[in-house]
Amino acid sequence: MKEIAGREPMPRQSPGIRRRNFEEVALGYSVEQAVGEAKRCLQCKKKPCMAGCPVEIDIPEFIRLIAEGKFAEAAAEIKKTNALPAICGRVCPQEDQCERVCVLAKRGEPVAVGRLERFAADWEAARSGTAGSSAAINAPPKDKIAKVAVIGSGPAGLTAAGELASLGYDVTIFEALHDPGGVLAYGIPEFRLPRAILSREIEYVKSLGVRIETNAIIGKLHTLRELLENGYSAIFIGTGAGLPQFMKIPGENLNGVYSANEFLTRVNLMKAYKYPEYPTPVKVGRSVAVIGAGNVAMDAARCSLRLGAEEVAIVYRRSRAEMPAREEEIENAEEEGVKFHLLTVPVRFIGDKNGFLKAMECVRMELGEPDESGRRRPVPIEGSEYIMEVDTAVVAIGQSPNPVVRQSEPDLATTKWGGIVVDEETSATSIPGIYAGGDAVTGAATVITAMGAGRKAAHAIDKYIRAKLGLEQRTGSAR
Amino acid sequence: MYTIVRKERLADVVTLLEVQASAIAAKARAGQFAIVRLREDTERIPLTLSDWGREAGTITIIFQHVGRSTHELALVEAGDAIRDVVGPLGKPTEVERFGTVVCIGGGIGVAELRPIARAMKEAGNTVISIIGARDKSLLILEDEMRAFSDELYVTTDNGSYGRRGFVSDVLRDLMAAGRKIDLVYAIGPVPMMRVIAEQTRPHGLRTLVSLDAIMVDGTGMCGACRVTVGGETRFTCVDGPDFDAHQVDWDELVARKKMYLAEEKETLARFHEANSGGCCS
Repeated sequence: MKEIAGREPMPRQSPGIRRRNFEEVALGYSVEQAVGEAKRCLQCKKKPCMAGCPVEIDIPEFIRLIAEGKFAEAAAEIKKTNALPAICGRVCPQEDQCERVCVLAKRGEPVAVGRLERFAADWEAARSGTAGSSAAINAPPKDKIAKVAVIGSGPAGLTAAGELASLGYDVTIFEALHDPGGVLAYGIPEFRLPRAILSREIEYVKSLGVRIETNAIIGKLHTLRELLENGYSAIFIGTGAGLPQFMKIPGENLNGVYSANEFLTRVNLMKAYKYPEYPTPVKVGRSVAVIGAGNVAMDAARCSLRLGAEEVAIVYRRSRAEMPAREEEIENAEEEGVKFHLLTVPVRFIGDKNGFLKAMECVRMELGEPDESGRRRPVPIEGSEYIMEVDTAVVAIGQSPNPVVRQSEPDLATTKWGGIVVDEETSATSIPGIYAGGDAVTGAATVITAMGAGRKAAHAIDKYIRAKLGLEQRTGSAR
Repeated sequence: MYTIVRKERLADVVTLLEVQASAIAAKARAGQFAIVRLREDTERIPLTLSDWGREAGTITIIFQHVGRSTHELALVEAGDAIRDVVGPLGKPTEVERFGTVVCIGGGIGVAELRPIARAMKEAGNTVISIIGARDKSLLILEDEMRAFSDELYVTTDNGSYGRRGFVSDVLRDLMAAGRKIDLVYAIGPVPMMRVIAEQTRPHGLRTLVSLDAIMVDGTGMCGACRVTVGGETRFTCVDGPDFDAHQVDWDELVARKKMYLAEEKETLARFHEANSGGCCS
């Protein structure tokens, strides 16, 4: 059997330089690299990669177009089902989705689908200089079918809105913060997703006819019922996982203990990394501990380095194998100098007399029997307590769905932990005409899962409104 | 953009802005706040809604010039615009017919007390208001408060106006005189609210306070504003801003409010430097 060539490596800023700047780490493929990588694709008839994609991009087709040098056509092909390709190409966990099921992965490295997606999106944007509306083959019809409200402008909301606009709806997104993007704006740092890229993708969604109202907090400014009574035929809730979880251990409210949401919001949304030009500060001491080992934890750790911390440690209660972050992000963090204190859990934060954090008491763990998640449960080792000196701690152990919308609408069914209950098939909530998806339903997950949910809900909303208006249903695949 | 329709200097370091924000004005209730961001490169500042006009579609915010952001906000004029205003945030104050309610405001807290006293009055309560300031020049909204109060007491720390002393002195006297009080609502500097909490605690007199923890988004997303109330961590922005004064961990609140003291001084110094008008030759 023929040896399979490895994938084209992604050019990146070198670790020694990038660990102190907020410029993008991954630099993107050149034309030659992209074409070379695209030619590795076997063009399988069965397209397992497409089934592995939550938004069902015709992956072999766009890769074929890149291999043939038809880059604009490749971008247009992606945009048939994905309004945010430059974002997905950067932050999707392709290794768990399209690339995991790539036939090449059985005998070597899978095709670098994410890198090629990013290449096509960036190439098109660089040519058109705009959101790439030239490729907006989903140009929305002029006569709108009905008005739809989308709550939240994160990945789920932007996708649902773009899809609904393409289907002929008059769509308004209501965003509580001052800038659109949700977690893409407040959570993911500039060095993984430059704000210029985010703005470009949001401009593209707007070019499809979507209006975005910022500073509009639904549940306070307008209730869901009021939107339904005021001309909106349906609502999609994509309010995300904006409620930080804490460990509930002593000292957690000391100065210097941040939730990852606060830390990242200060840095990304409020641009604390440009302090004092931007006056919102963030306190990063000499030594920083980030508790947790997901992508959010890696982001917080890598921001800390860039903000001048001398020592940054990920403190995680399980072992390396269980770390939920993408392998790529763990490697990036490691290369930049982040240390990993594995099988370790803080049990207490210790402050000075002014209420500022100065240390954490930690306990070492060992792995016991598998728990309900199938991962081996960490068990504390008796007598292993020790003190770790830290000036700043970032708690990155997860986020729950934001409570504002559900608090304003008692009829909206939610789970014990605050997730909105939806029908799995249709994304419909307990209130007719109201749909939900993304982290508001699942709790903190990935950008692409949220986008998949937004897309699915958009089609369910289309079906619902067509039925209500007595219009003929669309034929063909519902998705 | 949110246009400023009226600006008024209420005291040396206190400014009132009436801002066009009809959707917020339509929904505002006593005890709620808004977050304003003057420009793209300024902070998000939480400010209690002091008043609103549902028909005019305006909200009124009143603030003391303390740090860089409030100093900057004080420079805008009627006709100018504020980039971002989001609200109404927080839970409205619990307003019902309690009987006799003592409404206490210290310093800039009086601005925030006004809608609460008004709502308490409208709900049929007997409203006894106590307002105070360090000095006469810092006392605001006396006439407005009088309009919503059955009795109004005024104090200044230095005796330059009204009774010399603190708002808590008046409350102490009312309680000593055996006045029947069903609820105390206090808003002002933390030391003031804390003293009042300690005054009413031994009597089991229900006391609500409005806390001004440091916030970023104001929508429950970041947790910067967490306070310990009754031994549990609560978020001031979505669980408050009103809390039971007897349950608040005041030491923690005091410490948390000082988290960025150094940065606040630094940015303010830079602001003054840039705006000192550096005289030419």
